Amino acid sequence: MSTVNPATRLGDLVRHRVPAQPAGPQPPRSPAVSLRGAGVRVGSRTLWSGVDLEVGAGEFVAVLGPNGVGKSTLIKMLLGILPPAAGEVRVLGEAPGRAGHRVGYLPQRRNFDASLRIRGTDIVRLGLDGDRWGVPLPVPARFSARRREARDRIAEVVELVGASAYAHRPIGECSGGEQQRLLIAQALVRDPELLLLDEPLDSLDLSHQGAVAALIGRICREAGVSVVMVAHDVNPILAWLDRVVYIAEGGAVAGSPQDVITTQTLSRLYGVPVEVLRTSDGRLVVVGQPEAPALHTDRHVEGGGT
Amino acid sequence: MNWAETSAGWSWNPLTDLQQIWAFPFMVNAFRAGTVVAVLAAVMGWFMVLRRQSFAGHTLSVVSFPGAACATLLGISAGFGYFAFCIGGALVIAAIPRVGQGGSGQESALTGTVQAFLLACGFLFVALYKGFLGGVNSLLFGSFLGITTTQVTVLTIVAAVALGVLAVIGRPLLFASVDENVAFGRGVPVRALSVTFLVLLGAATAEASQITGTLLVFALLVMPAAAAQQLTARPAASLALSVLIAVAVTWTGLIAAYYSPYPIGFYVTTFAFAVYVLARAARTLSTAVGRHRVVGGGAVA
Ligand SMILES: Nc1ncnc2c1ncn2[C@@H]1O[C@H](COP(=O)(O)OP(=O)(O)OP(=O)(O)O)[C@@H](O)[C@H]1O
Ligand SMILES: [Mg+2]
Repeated sequence: MSTVNPATRLGDLVRHRVPAQPAGPQPPRSPAVSLRGAGVRVGSRTLWSGVDLEVGAGEFVAVLGPNGVGKSTLIKMLLGILPPAAGEVRVLGEAPGRAGHRVGYLPQRRNFDASLRIRGTDIVRLGLDGDRWGVPLPVPARFSARRREARDRIAEVVELVGASAYAHRPIGECSGGEQQRLLIAQALVRDPELLLLDEPLDSLDLSHQGAVAALIGRICREAGVSVVMVAHDVNPILAWLDRVVYIAEGGAVAGSPQDVITTQTLSRLYGVPVEVLRTSDGRLVVVGQPEAPALHTDRHVEGGGT
Repeated sequence: MNWAETSAGWSWNPLTDLQQIWAFPFMVNAFRAGTVVAVLAAVMGWFMVLRRQSFAGHTLSVVSFPGAACATLLGISAGFGYFAFCIGGALVIAAIPRVGQGGSGQESALTGTVQAFLLACGFLFVALYKGFLGGVNSLLFGSFLGITTTQVTVLTIVAAVALGVLAVIGRPLLFASVDENVAFGRGVPVRALSVTFLVLLGAATAEASQITGTLLVFALLVMPAAAAQQLTARPAASLALSVLIAVAVTWTGLIAAYYSPYPIGFYVTTFAFAVYVLARAARTLSTAVGRHRVVGGGAVA
């Protein structure tokens, strides 16, 4: 799909807690996310159940599936916003919601109120220290090393996502894609060990899709950050993907992209004939009949027979 | 009511005028109480506007009227009634489940129901207490006469406690106000903060009602904050600006009310409204100029 070189326009990845390539023997890191027999209920409805999933440290996992199947709900469960209805869930070795500051979260796209008069940098800053109690003294940055450090870190991530040009504007006046990139900066600002991203590429244009996908992919590869990303289109992230999880029919199928994104599996999951083609460079093209799953039009399919 | 008759008129020298006004102990108390209330209302109002909880704030201010009426009926100090009803109202609103971001339809409807019911109760209390009618006017539209030193002390202590609590929860509250879901994911106790904030807002409303009256307290809560947020998008600056506007508006309101026969609530509201209109105009103007500049720069490039 996108032919833009994803590595363009990105600053260097800097200041990551985890060293790039793990050299020599290291203490085994607990899996970033592990679900065992997990299920979730919204109201009186069970969205999915019996899901087993393990996301290793430094893995890049995509969560796919039709609209309304419970992908965002999975992310919310991992954040501890919603309790699991069944099974065991661990996030970074702890109960969901316990590892708050080690997790970066990007909610599914929703726009800030146009009248919200808070700058983009303030939004990013909230990601850095918004959960601390007390109000910082209004000392000029000149006199406070901590303030300087915070300011530099914010400028750094804002630069990283390419949002410097509009980060000082009120967030309500930024476009949807600009808000999205500032929110990605907010999720990244505290060097998280796990990134939970709910459709981060939504509302970005093709070149920025490629750029942001590459940014997240490089953070995953070079800094060993685990990534769980909800997506509708795998192609922008295919180069970085370790595994995909397909949620459908009340359960989930996990595996490598080559195993899961196949004509048989997808046709079964969506309940409509879907064809998966492979290009010569290994990319996957999903062709839906009559409606492609990648086009956000699968809501009609959801209730259809399987 | 027209105190200018008992003293020299407005001299256009603010210093001598203030000196003259402050010769009366009740005016000194009025300025003290007004300043305390303005600072508290401005800060709470700033968060209220940011959280888009203006309707809850409005309800709390309306609720202060039955509170004062009930206290008068029971023969206790109106101050108790203000605080009891406003903070009670805040707890009721907090108990209404918040679905999603901002005031959802159901929340507004329930809050409105509480408001209408308590307002009706207020009128019932007034009817039950027959000799009370003369005071209704000042309950609704405010009065700055006869504020006692004890009252000033109570107002100051409550305001100090409320601002102290807000200083502790300020940053997480800002986070939760702007981005509830992300804040929750970070371990910010969103729900507890929301309840705490509503109680603080109730306290601020109870305080401000005693000066500006029930119907106009909302002006002090919403207008300085809204004007300040028009002028700057920096949180610290707009918070400070909001306080500055509220204090300025209260002081000029007090001075105007001293020299004229009209109630203070009218002046405070009018001045606050004027500031808001000016702030909006300034912003419209600055965006227009900015756009002009961008277009001009684009043409050159
Ligand atoms: N607060 C809620 N109350 C009741 N039902 C809800 C709530 N939130 C979500 N649901 C329901 O849960 C289901 C799953 O929602 P979810 O947001 O997880 O879907 P999704 O897989 O992320 O879909 P999409 O691709 O459209 O983002 C939907 O059917 C939705 O109607
Ligand atoms: Mg979703």
